[in-house]
Amino acid sequence: MFGKVLRRIDWLTILIYLALVIIGWTNIYSSTFTDEQTSLLDLTTRSGKQLFFIIVSFVTIIVILALEANFYERFASLFYLLTILSLIGLYLFGKTIAGATSWYDLGFFNFQPSELAKVATALALAKYLSDIQTDLRRIKDQLYALLIIFIPALLIIPQPDPGSALVFFSLIFVIFREGLPLYYLGIGFTLILIFITTLMFGTIWLTIGLLLLIALFFLLKRKSLKVPLLPIAIGSIAIILFSLSVNFVFNNLFEQRHRDRFSLWLRLEKDPEKLEQIRKTIGYNTYQSEKAIESGGFFGKGFLEGTRTKGDFVPEQDTDYIFTTIGEEWGFIGTATVIILFSILFLRLIYLAERQKNAFSRMYGYGVISVLLIHYFINIGMVIGILPTIGIPLPFFSYGGSGLLFFTLLLFVFLKLDTNRLKENF
Amino acid sequence: MRRVLLSLIIVIIGITFLGRLSYLQIFSFSPDQVIEDPSIKRVYTYPERGYIYDRNGNLLVGNDPAYDVMVIPREVQPLDTLEFCGMLGIDKEKFVEKLTKARVYSPRLPSVLVPQLSKEDYAKLQEKMRKYKGFYIQKRSLRYYDTPSAANVLGYISEVNEGDLAKNKYYIQGELRGRTGVERYYEELLRGRKGVQYIQKDRFNRDIGPYKNSSLDTLPEQGKQISITLDKTLQEYGERLMVGKRGGIVALEPATGEILSMISGPTYDPSLLVGRERSKNYTELYNDTIANPTWDRSIHAQQPPGSPFKTLNALIALQEGVLDESTTIRCYNGFYVGKKKRGCHCGGGLRNLNSGIYQSCNAYFAGTFRKIFEKFDTTDEAMDVWEKHMKSFGLGDYLGYDLPFGQKGRIPSKEYYDKWYGDNRWSSSFIISNSIGQGEVLATPVQLANMTAAIANRGFYYTPHILKKIEGKEITDPRFTEPKRTTIDKEHFEPVVQGMADVYRKGTARWLQIPGIEVAGKTGTAENFTKINGVRTQLTDHSVFIAFAPVEDPKIAIAVYIENGYFGSRYAGHIASLMIEKYLKGEITRKDLEKKMLEKTLEHEYAKPFSGEEFKINERVW
Repeated sequence: MFGKVLRRIDWLTILIYLALVIIGWTNIYSSTFTDEQTSLLDLTTRSGKQLFFIIVSFVTIIVILALEANFYERFASLFYLLTILSLIGLYLFGKTIAGATSWYDLGFFNFQPSELAKVATALALAKYLSDIQTDLRRIKDQLYALLIIFIPALLIIPQPDPGSALVFFSLIFVIFREGLPLYYLGIGFTLILIFITTLMFGTIWLTIGLLLLIALFFLLKRKSLKVPLLPIAIGSIAIILFSLSVNFVFNNLFEQRHRDRFSLWLRLEKDPEKLEQIRKTIGYNTYQSEKAIESGGFFGKGFLEGTRTKGDFVPEQDTDYIFTTIGEEWGFIGTATVIILFSILFLRLIYLAERQKNAFSRMYGYGVISVLLIHYFINIGMVIGILPTIGIPLPFFSYGGSGLLFFTLLLFVFLKLDTNRLKENF
Repeated sequence: MRRVLLSLIIVIIGITFLGRLSYLQIFSFSPDQVIEDPSIKRVYTYPERGYIYDRNGNLLVGNDPAYDVMVIPREVQPLDTLEFCGMLGIDKEKFVEKLTKARVYSPRLPSVLVPQLSKEDYAKLQEKMRKYKGFYIQKRSLRYYDTPSAANVLGYISEVNEGDLAKNKYYIQGELRGRTGVERYYEELLRGRKGVQYIQKDRFNRDIGPYKNSSLDTLPEQGKQISITLDKTLQEYGERLMVGKRGGIVALEPATGEILSMISGPTYDPSLLVGRERSKNYTELYNDTIANPTWDRSIHAQQPPGSPFKTLNALIALQEGVLDESTTIRCYNGFYVGKKKRGCHCGGGLRNLNSGIYQSCNAYFAGTFRKIFEKFDTTDEAMDVWEKHMKSFGLGDYLGYDLPFGQKGRIPSKEYYDKWYGDNRWSSSFIISNSIGQGEVLATPVQLANMTAAIANRGFYYTPHILKKIEGKEITDPRFTEPKRTTIDKEHFEPVVQGMADVYRKGTARWLQIPGIEVAGKTGTAENFTKINGVRTQLTDHSVFIAFAPVEDPKIAIAVYIENGYFGSRYAGHIASLMIEKYLKGEITRKDLEKKMLEKTLEHEYAKPFSGEEFKINERVW
């Protein structure tokens, strides 16, 4: 029976997974390297611990593959329920690390239920959407699907861990794939665009730009076209009102540190003296990580030769900023390899998801892709300075036992489902 | 559509990331980053700057250790101020003031608290320094001059400026480099190479070990000891003679082109530009724009050479075959250019080559100059030949010595006159003044000395140079060890040399004979002008003298140029005579002559143009 699984499983995905884990561990080793001689599995070192968890992950993979494929669909709701309970339980028994109450102290390691929640929510959403009763054209069902996503997110935000909460919103993608009207997405993008434009240029310029666009539309439209005057007027007013509210929210509801992050991200500060100040305070991480990556050049400085890595210039370098180690020591060759590996992995997973006969498997596949993609996008985007600082790990790379374990779980449950792709029902 | 959307997003994200990464790692990357990397500290070890010796192995420039007491204000802890001040030799108010100043400059960076401690104070302090947290002693090396002279040749060192830093990657802020003279020209020899150690640091600026296992570190390379061609005794003697006079003296060894002395008057003690008073002294010297002590007249002052130039015109005439030793020209106490008469001091009568030189007859050389030009069909052709001969003596162009460029001087060409008068609108009579070293020709003292050496060698010279030995080994640079031939054949030199010897035997310098040494020389008295309130005004003539000795085996060739010293046989002739005797004999037998030269000054002459009153020139004072 196990032989069948091995024959049907997607080896390309496994290969990329192994490559990413190995590259990741190598860089954790380099980031935390000291000249003392220790054995690789020395559990007092970060790289030793991570190696231990890599082994644990491999064992987990065997267990996942050994279980019946329908196990996951059948128990999806139960998983979800247990996860929600464990998230609530955090408010009573949680352990606080670095200001966030996100962990259970299990003695030998700290367990972070929000990691498990990513897997459980993806399963639950897939199960709900694949249910014959569900019809995404109904607003009620749309809301119900969104609720599955929002409940864990809302429980995680006050830990506080807004970064992890953000991950759940990526699951909205699954709903789109299954039929949520695309104009929701359009509206979402428009709102983000207005938000950024307002911060960068102000409401007045936004209004002027909008009027110019409308004028351009009237000039270029075909004579015969009937102009929907009312919707345009309402839309414009809504946009301006939203822009004004952005100003209000940004200046009155955001805290200073959030404002700083946005002004840093959008390069709103031009005064060189203040910039220098920002580099030393809130912009320190981003500045150091950009500099470390830049200093690697095309070929990098070589394994264990990263001077900024050795000097601990980049904070959190073995966790959220692990990508800087690759940038410094392996140069553009290293960073490009990682980007390409991830891209191939995602495209492969889309291909795998699309070939599923079973709707649950397909939707879960999309859930996996969404969760991995948002981590990858936000983490690397932040490290190379094109996104604001949001602390979430890079899948398979960042130091952290439960992180690696649950990303592995997330991925391999899908690979197990994929081995059963030919069956419509398990 | 929905299926492709996500794939599209993945590809767009990938491209965006790769774009941003190539911007960071390929376009923004610069290979100099090791230098800017805050995680690598460089610690430099400076080698001692090389010593400079004279040609006989006497020390000219060495190094003196200096000890600065430094302070890092942030690290200072409460201390026994009274005891500490006592050891530093300053009072408490001063101490507090200095400390405050240092703190204002930077609490983290070291500042100098007390510069250049004496050795005694240093010895006392060194033992107890440990007690005072935040203070330490930094050893520095200062230039030490074992002579009060040769400032113009030796040059000085000073801190590198922005320009140096931009041009030369070797230097970093605060380092010293040679600024002028030998210190500058042989900067790399003298400086050596600093050693560097790379140390890996963490973000708290703590050392965490050597960078790349010290594989990039280098050891310092010692500065080289060099000997220069100057004769310390002669240089110092010449500078004493120049006190109160302006001008230049250059003495060469004809057989090698080595510069025995190179004197510019007025000058200054090189020690003035070292130590605590440096900047004050420098400003004072620099601001003296009238006497201009920092201006090296021996290589920069281009002046009409006057009568010594006659010797070259004689050589050209002989080479071109337009006259021989027996050719005579009559002097009418002058000569005529058209209807205009130009004067001569020689006494008049029939002159030949020999008496023309030793009596310095203007008429004879005007005639000679005409004969050269009459040989050729066109003035242009004659001018070219004349210019070529003149330039073969190192005149009218940079000589190429290993010191600052100096000035080119001037040997006018036909193009020069075409520009002045118009094409074919001039003839030899327009430019007849060049025959006696007036007119358009200009030369610097070093060029005059070099020309003299070429005559002494009967037809060739070695480019004058200042470097003699590196670490005890004679230089082999072909620039300085290969002779440059003049365009005059050897046999033509003898009559001219005899004429120059007769200048001493019976001519214009017969009062200046040196007992026991045969000298060949030539006096010169150069008219010169200045502008006073826009009016061209003649000043007292410059006193010029060239000489070499002994006549048959020349050991020294010298040119002396004394501004406004009147007749060549006066200041310049006297000084040349004393210099030659000093060099060849080591002592002066004519004590009264020496005394006169050491005491007499020309300050009264130099004051005249600035007095605002009418003044007489060429006064007979002695």
